[in-house]
Amino acid sequence: MRTRAEASRQRWAILGFALAILVLSFVVLKSAYYQLVLTQVLLWAVLSLGWNLLSGYSGYFSFGHAGFWGLGAYTVALGMLYFDLTPWVSIPFAALVGAVAGAIIGYPTFRLRGHYFALAMLAYPLATLYVFQWLGYQELALPMKRDAPLLYMQFEDQRLYVVLALGLLVAALLISLKVENSRFGMALLAIKQNEPAAEAAGINTWRWKMLALMLSGAIAAIAGGLYGVVLLVVTPETVFGMLVSAQALILALFGGVGSLWGPVIGAMLLVPLAEGLNAELGDVLPGIQGVVYGIAIIMIILWAPEGVYWRVLDRLPRRKPAAAEAPPRPTATVVPLPHERRASTGEPLLVLRDIGISFGGLRALDGIDLAIPEGGLYGIIGPNGAGKTTLFNVINGFLAPDRGAISFAGEPITGLRPNQVCRRGIGRTFQVVRAFPRMTVLENVIVGAFVGAPDDATARQMALAALDRVGLSAQSGAIAGGLTTRELRLMELARALVPHPRLMLLDETLAGLAHDDLNGILTVIRQLRADGITVLIIEHTMGAMVQLVDHFTVLDHGRLIASGRPDDVVRDPSVIEAYLGKKWVDRVAVPAK
Amino acid sequence: MPFSSVDLLQALAAGILVGSAYALMCVGLGIIFGSMNVINFAQGDFLMLGMYAAFYLTAGYGVLAFLGPYGGPIVAAFLAGPIVFALGWLLHRFVVARVTGAGAAQTEGAGAYGQILVTLGISLILQNGGLILFGSTPVGVRTPLSRQSWEIGDVLLNQARVVSFFVAVALAGGMYLFLSHTRLGKGLRAAADNPQAAIYMGIDVDRAHRIAWSLGVGITAVAGGLVATFQTFQPYVGFDFVIVMYAGVVLGGLGSNFGAFWGGLLIGVVQQMSTLILPYQLQNTAIFVVFLLIIFLRPQGMFGRLSERT
Repeated sequence: MRTRAEASRQRWAILGFALAILVLSFVVLKSAYYQLVLTQVLLWAVLSLGWNLLSGYSGYFSFGHAGFWGLGAYTVALGMLYFDLTPWVSIPFAALVGAVAGAIIGYPTFRLRGHYFALAMLAYPLATLYVFQWLGYQELALPMKRDAPLLYMQFEDQRLYVVLALGLLVAALLISLKVENSRFGMALLAIKQNEPAAEAAGINTWRWKMLALMLSGAIAAIAGGLYGVVLLVVTPETVFGMLVSAQALILALFGGVGSLWGPVIGAMLLVPLAEGLNAELGDVLPGIQGVVYGIAIIMIILWAPEGVYWRVLDRLPRRKPAAAEAPPRPTATVVPLPHERRASTGEPLLVLRDIGISFGGLRALDGIDLAIPEGGLYGIIGPNGAGKTTLFNVINGFLAPDRGAISFAGEPITGLRPNQVCRRGIGRTFQVVRAFPRMTVLENVIVGAFVGAPDDATARQMALAALDRVGLSAQSGAIAGGLTTRELRLMELARALVPHPRLMLLDETLAGLAHDDLNGILTVIRQLRADGITVLIIEHTMGAMVQLVDHFTVLDHGRLIASGRPDDVVRDPSVIEAYLGKKWVDRVAVPAK
Repeated sequence: MPFSSVDLLQALAAGILVGSAYALMCVGLGIIFGSMNVINFAQGDFLMLGMYAAFYLTAGYGVLAFLGPYGGPIVAAFLAGPIVFALGWLLHRFVVARVTGAGAAQTEGAGAYGQILVTLGISLILQNGGLILFGSTPVGVRTPLSRQSWEIGDVLLNQARVVSFFVAVALAGGMYLFLSHTRLGKGLRAAADNPQAAIYMGIDVDRAHRIAWSLGVGITAVAGGLVATFQTFQPYVGFDFVIVMYAGVVLGGLGSNFGAFWGGLLIGVVQQMSTLILPYQLQNTAIFVVFLLIIFLRPQGMFGRLSERT
């Protein structure tokens, strides 16, 4: 998330860019041909920005943005042909068509991830292409309206098209900027960096992905609509073809993916290059322009694999880092929140009834009954593969149980998605820390704060408070990818804590920590209990566990084999047999406490 | 029903015969996709190169002309493999390796951005280079097989397609044995499943990738050589097939070594069967509909597995 000053600087940059384009169009360029090329540069930049909004920020690559572009172009062309609709009306309508198409496409396709999503997206425009061919719309010429050229956007002066396209581009840039600076953009970035973590932190990933695709589709369709008007002829191959989809991502990847200016840079450099090559070499030796274009792309990408924008940014001298927003407090490592304390009512907070889940033939959980009263620290132990993490995944919604029911605070939560579970007050951490590695510590925690915060400023305040609470304020500006294990664990704790959950699920939070680091985290966990938060913790570090928790539950082979006070449980013969071994009994026999 | 049972059998047979060539292409792509996790947009263009390799080996006074119109094209299809394999090797050595493998793992998206652009660039170069070298006139590998048929009952089986079927199945079977039973093949799969672990086990991941890449484009080129015996082509033909190939690989599914083969075969069958009820232009639309249906019902593909540790 950018600071306010930075966002305002970007708005000035957009204004400056628009003025430069106007000067270029009205003062520098003389021929209508160059105006046409400039119009195309701007429209392709809009398409690419639309693509970037989905794929650049969320990481869900689309190889099928031609679908939206083509629908936009055909909406305008068919509207004019059959309903005598002016582009002034049909182009905004095309945005609606694009958004609806995005919703229809997203619904099935967001079940896929990674390359599979990208490739499935490829199918939509190509399938549509054949349908339009079959419908007989091979070549649709827009009817000429000589009596009312302005009404039908058929300008004599090419520069008016430049102005319109520029208007679209400025709008697309402002929308992208707005998205970047809001929880929308943060949610997309979180999805890109670690989708399960985003979901568990209360981000409704489905909703944001759908919104991104719809907005992205609308922008691409608008650009496609104006493109149809400018070229006056629409054919299935030129608007639904692979080349359009490829162009959208080539420009963004080339310029710098996931950045505001990347798609614009890509379009400004590559579109004139391709046009120029076509005009200069296309007649001499057909095909040579494509070869040169291909070589140019490869050469530059070998030099700047993440795009020109990022490469240039790396070369520039770094600006001074902005002063820390909240002065780090050198004092208390843990700040309790007394007002948050809830009385233990004794009523069970979390109730699991007969939970079962199988993976193929393996019964990962088999008839688990568990009631966790509010307040206190509960430990879950068991050998590897006992089903501990699976149990957490079932509680927080990553997995739907095959049978059984879960209720939390008296309400059923079985089958809810993780973000809904999080909203009801269950936070969790992961066995292997799931950070958003390219965000700062503060941003990582802000993502978790969106659940409880009415606005983004409050989210920031809540995040700062949570960092303070776990004693990580000093690192708030650091990039998460560079943290130590201890800091990562604390950051994840803060992210789960920030929406003030009633129940925390901690999955091997102490694993892999040095002895000194252990104590710091134990203090934080004890403080949670003191604040009235119920804690359910999976752990292997037995010595620490026996001292830490109030109550033990033992899992083995997906079954609950023992439950009770720590001292009793560790002496239970079935537990010893399943997990601890004889050696432990001898150690416990000597009074440890 | 608007069609007879003979039509049905005819379409099914044609689907299996054509589908086997698709299946072989998909196996080639699947090796690259599966072991390098790279989306190779140029795969269709390597297929095109295989077609032209077979064409120039047999046409006119080509070196294989002495084998006659029956044997020549088949041998030529096989030879297209090593030729494209060698080209693929060089391309990987000097271009592709710079954006894939160990070096790219540290960049954002594990180098996916660079990879996509580089393969798109290669695709542009091959297509347009092909246009310069081969011209835009559609050509085909001439063999009398493509005009002759065997009859089984009322069903006509085009001889060129039958021959290509057997070659494709044999080669795909050979690849299967290679991947599952040889040391090198197992190494490729290990490098795919977990590159980091493979490095620790002493597998040279970059070399494994180079072999996978070259083998993948080589296999696909052989499939191209086979298709060339019953279909005309021009330098832009790769586009049509890249879709078929990716649909096949996605249908086959993640985590399955040989899903791609069945995926490709299914694509062929769907394409041919759809002509029974749909107009010719909508053949490919039918492929996409089946593709989307499977995605909807079984996101992990026909033979894939979905697993994620939290």
